[in-house]
Amino acid sequence: MTTTPPPAKIETRDLHKAFGGKQVLRGVNLTIQPGESLAVIGASGTGKSVLIKNIIGLMHPDSGSVLIDGQDVTALTGRDREQVTRKFGMLFQGAALFDSLPVWENVAFGLIQVQRMARQDAREKAIEAMIQVGLEPDIAERSPAELSGGMQKRVGLARAIATKPEIMFFDEPTTGLDPIMGSVIDNLIIKSVRELGATALSITHDMASARRIADNIAMIYDGIIVWHGPVDAIDDSGSDVVDQFINGRSHGPIDMLVAS
Amino acid sequence: MGLLRALGRSVINLFAVTGRIGVFTGNGVFHCFSPPFFPRLVGQQMVEIGFYSLPVVGLTAIFTGMVLALQSFSGFGFAGEATIANVVVWGITRELGPVLAGLMVAGRIGAAMAAEIGTMRVTEQIDALTTLSTNPYKYLVAPRLIAAVAMMPLLVLVADIIGVMGGFIVSIYDFGFNPMTYLRSTWDNLEFIGFFSGIVKAAVFGFIIALMGTYHGYNSKGGSQGVGQATTNAVVSASILLLLFNFIITAIFFAA
Repeated sequence: MTTTPPPAKIETRDLHKAFGGKQVLRGVNLTIQPGESLAVIGASGTGKSVLIKNIIGLMHPDSGSVLIDGQDVTALTGRDREQVTRKFGMLFQGAALFDSLPVWENVAFGLIQVQRMARQDAREKAIEAMIQVGLEPDIAERSPAELSGGMQKRVGLARAIATKPEIMFFDEPTTGLDPIMGSVIDNLIIKSVRELGATALSITHDMASARRIADNIAMIYDGIIVWHGPVDAIDDSGSDVVDQFINGRSHGPIDMLVAS
Repeated sequence: MGLLRALGRSVINLFAVTGRIGVFTGNGVFHCFSPPFFPRLVGQQMVEIGFYSLPVVGLTAIFTGMVLALQSFSGFGFAGEATIANVVVWGITRELGPVLAGLMVAGRIGAAMAAEIGTMRVTEQIDALTTLSTNPYKYLVAPRLIAAVAMMPLLVLVADIIGVMGGFIVSIYDFGFNPMTYLRSTWDNLEFIGFFSGIVKAAVFGFIIALMGTYHGYNSKGGSQGVGQATTNAVVSASILLLLFNFIITAIFFAA
């Protein structure tokens, strides 16, 4: 009996994306195996967000394809697209909580609207998810606007994990948080991804965070992946670009285009 | 050459914008009729549009009715109850009720929709909806379209009643008309087609207001400045389209 290896959880093939003549992605090839946690690092404005949005389907590539579980999802729309999106959970940079809804309804959103769970049951599940990320149940009725940045991130994380997604996306999970809160969020991310057995794709420019949450790191520069390897190997990458980025040097191959 | 190029560019832009609005309208209307539906959100929007616009629309209507009576009294001299009652009831039900209520609601609701959805756009809440497998057209656009089309006729009905009452108050207390005679003249001069055209206008205006509010909010970009721009565009475009369609509907009803 021969067993074919399972397809990669996420795969991008030669992704290209341009905005008004500015080429942002110039052929991105990435493979993420089931259960793997990959962090894509890169300077601001190098296309990290564009990459993740193309994978999720919030943007469509000019050319190239995105495969989820071996299925080409690049051209999917409508219901077919929603079927794929159900595998996803995403934590946004600014948490992106719905400010018209109380905290618990934010967390229960996917359960109520997509899984059609009764509101009372969804509320219980939401409270469970909130406890998982270290939130007190008594903030359930509060409005997201009343919470601090760190608390909002936790609510966003609870919302993302409530539907038990197979794939988690993290967009700059520690940006805007103090280092301690950043570390707390990282640990929550590691814990929840492990509990779900999910595959994780994070984009970040915070090296400390990338080292904590990822198994593998890929560096994007000038629209392509310039280095991809295990997190332990990044200090000996042999790439000047990676070295400059992880050590935060202002001089090197990466030209930050500061007005000089 | 420069003039020609500028002209060409603005014509192309006009077509591009018209096309985008057309696609947006198609999507929005399609999702009004395809499940899943969000009755809770439709209800919320109905309360927001219908109930909370009542004070503004009521005040506009009563002063308009009063001023109509004053103007026609000073314009026609003492022409009697019948003429003034006629001018008020015609003016209010055919034109001023729907148009002024529409403009007030465009300012109140169109702006609020653009600001709310625009803020959701720039804070990635709309992207978050998509990642939660919820179509933003279904969740944000369709409920607002449905609620506005349903509530505007009711608001205009209220505006009609209050506007006629404004004329009545001035006629009775300022001009000393006989209330019964005035009311009878009002009733005699109230014709179905005029009232009905006003209600049809109201439904169309509701659609325009919600469409412009959601369209500009949905496509806003560039932070708080972009949201401000979207809000302005929503109110201005809704008001202009509303006046344009007011003319078109009037022509369809009465120009034959």
